[in-house]
Amino acid sequence: MKSMEELVDFYFRPNRLPHLWCPGCGNGVVLGALLKAIDAENLAKDDVAIISGIGCSSRASGYVDFNTANTLHGRALPISTGLKMARPELNVITLSGDGDCSAIGGNHLIHAARRNIGLTLVVFNNSIYGMTGGQYSPLTPVGKKATTAPYLTIEPSFDILALAQAAGATFTARATTYHVPVLVDVLRKGIRHEGFSIIEVVTGCPTNYGRQNQMGAPAKMMEWQKDHGVMKAAWDKMDEAAREGKFPIGVLSERKDLKEYTKAYDEVIARAQASVKEETA
Amino acid sequence: MLKFYTKRCKGCGICAYFCPRGVLEITELNKSAIKAGKENDCISCGQCEMRCPDYAIFVKKEGA
Repeated sequence: MKSMEELVDFYFRPNRLPHLWCPGCGNGVVLGALLKAIDAENLAKDDVAIISGIGCSSRASGYVDFNTANTLHGRALPISTGLKMARPELNVITLSGDGDCSAIGGNHLIHAARRNIGLTLVVFNNSIYGMTGGQYSPLTPVGKKATTAPYLTIEPSFDILALAQAAGATFTARATTYHVPVLVDVLRKGIRHEGFSIIEVVTGCPTNYGRQNQMGAPAKMMEWQKDHGVMKAAWDKMDEAAREGKFPIGVLSERKDLKEYTKAYDEVIARAQASVKEETA
Repeated sequence: MLKFYTKRCKGCGICAYFCPRGVLEITELNKSAIKAGKENDCISCGQCEMRCPDYAIFVKKEGA
């Protein structure tokens, strides 16, 4: 197993560091954890495709030496879907931000989940549109400040994992940038999972979210994650009052009863070929 | 032993905050460094390396 330094040397494209993320931004931690997970799963660079949308988090695809594409705002999932259909043997990992995935690409998310296509979707949830200057996203909690909500947000936020689960996602998990070993673990499980897997990573945006909401230094934001993320096993034993304001982390749901989309499509191909043979016979 | 990539460091302070032995500080130049007098206090726990968002600090285990 490679050390973190060796991982960075091996998987990063040359001369891409320092990256452009702000001081204390959690995106670097998520990308580092993803490299750890890919390395631990022994996946060759050529067997991995990293597709991202638009936003701070989506810049990640440009740094690493896999088959990568930085695509359209919100449309990382349709492009990943197309790639997976054409090359089902690839491990397609889709990187998206909270706004990219839940607002602009919200419809793509529910349909990718419904189809149960074998993608691994990593949602960097920093609760804000960071790149464009701090507008609130569908994952910004209610009662928070944003440049588009100077008098606090009034819209309840999505629980994106519950949304994906309801739409049919067969693997949902959450981690934070504080809980790195948990993050690596759920990323590995998500990559290994055959159908659609979604991993929400709670990450800090000190520049555009933390500053507006007086969350303090980047380390304080990370400590907030430590205090509010609760492992699933402990979460299940907590009552409603104790859960207030906190969120569960770890693998939240996994099911294996649904067929993966490219496998189901293979059957369509077989049926179509059989009918053509009958006609020509 | 700690290895710094000073060019990558943006001085966010996460490593210094989570170091259980208080070995690290952010210097006037806004870079992470070992505090004076704390050179031998690192226990190679790897907390700094694990959470550094900039891949600017790594822990080398002794003898490795």
